[in-house]
Amino acid sequence: MDIVQSVREIVAQQLSRDVSEIGDETNLEESGYDSLDVLETIFAIEEKFNIRVPVDANDPAVKSLKTVGDIIGLVEQALLKRMPA
Amino acid sequence: MRRVAITGLGAVSPAGLTAAATWQRVLAGQTAIGPLRLPRMEDVTCPVAAQAHAFDPDAHFSAKRQTSLDRVSQFAIVAAREAVADAGFLPKDPDLAKADVVIGIGVGGMNTLDDSFHRIYGERGRGVHPLTIPKLMTNAPASQISMDLGLHGNTFAVASACASGSHAIGLAFRAIAHGDCDIALAGGSEACITNGTLVGWSALRILSRDTCRPFARNRNGLVLGEGSAILVLEEWERAVARNARIYAELVGFGANADAGDLTSPDQAGAEAAMRRAMASASLTPSAIDYVNAHGTGTLMNDIVESRAIRAVFAADRLPLVSSIKGVLGHCLGAAGALEALATTLALYHQLVPPTANCTEPDEECGLDVVADGARTASLRHALSNSFAFGGLNAVLAFSAWDPVKSHGG
Repeated sequence: MDIVQSVREIVAQQLSRDVSEIGDETNLEESGYDSLDVLETIFAIEEKFNIRVPVDANDPAVKSLKTVGDIIGLVEQALLKRMPA
Repeated sequence: MRRVAITGLGAVSPAGLTAAATWQRVLAGQTAIGPLRLPRMEDVTCPVAAQAHAFDPDAHFSAKRQTSLDRVSQFAIVAAREAVADAGFLPKDPDLAKADVVIGIGVGGMNTLDDSFHRIYGERGRGVHPLTIPKLMTNAPASQISMDLGLHGNTFAVASACASGSHAIGLAFRAIAHGDCDIALAGGSEACITNGTLVGWSALRILSRDTCRPFARNRNGLVLGEGSAILVLEEWERAVARNARIYAELVGFGANADAGDLTSPDQAGAEAAMRRAMASASLTPSAIDYVNAHGTGTLMNDIVESRAIRAVFAADRLPLVSSIKGVLGHCLGAAGALEALATTLALYHQLVPPTANCTEPDEECGLDVVADGARTASLRHALSNSFAFGGLNAVLAFSAWDPVKSHGG
């Protein structure tokens, strides 16, 4: 499964935009994301990849999720953790 | 406008099974948050809650009666019985029988809902109890109080999520002030700690994994609680004439909607609600000595509420501020009522309850959050803040009653 393409599609759907407009560098907030959009995106990713993505809205680190690339990184980490050692 | 006295208090909470027991533990700053215990824990990742484990339905209701009462109604009835007895009313008092009942509910009969859905989806083919619907309806606690105590006044539920208890008390306050009724039972109830509710709250990713630390630098989210608080509100002259004990005067109510974000608090909305409450009480900010904060222990609420308080009050006249959610958790629809009860008792005893678990106050909040334990203080007037999901804000204003001054004047 292509992680990059899947995350782009999820973000595009959340923004009601075409996937071709979404790149790794796309800034979420500037594109119109609010805190609930982030939560819904994480949930969509969890559903799509059947993983748990540890994001806590009380953790100041959640603010470091600024771009589509940041979310892709988060998914890659979560997928790595799922793989057997 | 008629004046409104608070003459009776009742509570069931994780901190105690009466108003007095709840107040003592809130004052001691001793948290009632502990390991979560539930009959079903499928997909529950949150390990803590503030549960009223000591509550025993058998001590209050026959087995037959219990079949028609969700836990949320049981809490409400027990708190209402206590409040009415505390106010000194005898059963069958004809004036009491005309009382209004206004009860704030966040989500309502969640135990009934969870148990019934478990039978439907988990144990396929099993039907549900015939009283499932009247047990879980949102107005059940208000209706059950009216039936239990024989109250025939205007009786209904108020739903505004985490502000429900404050809205309920505010509406009952207006009913008495405007002359619609002379006595009202007002408050909130919630029994929301179920498998399904916790999975839902976890999905919002704002639950703490250990405890609730309002206004602390290391706060990491809210903790769900359950319980009920009911206040007896009474037209002032009537309360004085019957020599009732008056805990405090309810003097104002300010409510509004942010019309903005679904879940994030809004500084302007919070400020406006506090200003409305003071305006309705003809009080200026300099008259407020204490604010019982919404103080949920989430990153967002506590900083936004702090900014709102610092915007409303002058920097050199900041009131004392505390949150009792470190002890009680967030009891949703009951929270505003439990906090109104605590604010009332703070004025009555001239004693500010502490913010429990706030061992590292967040300087960025910039408030004196009474982190070191209960504090004796001269309190003239106080506010109690509630800010709900959906952007609904409700603030109550209270005044201490000085019997000497009042009798002399």
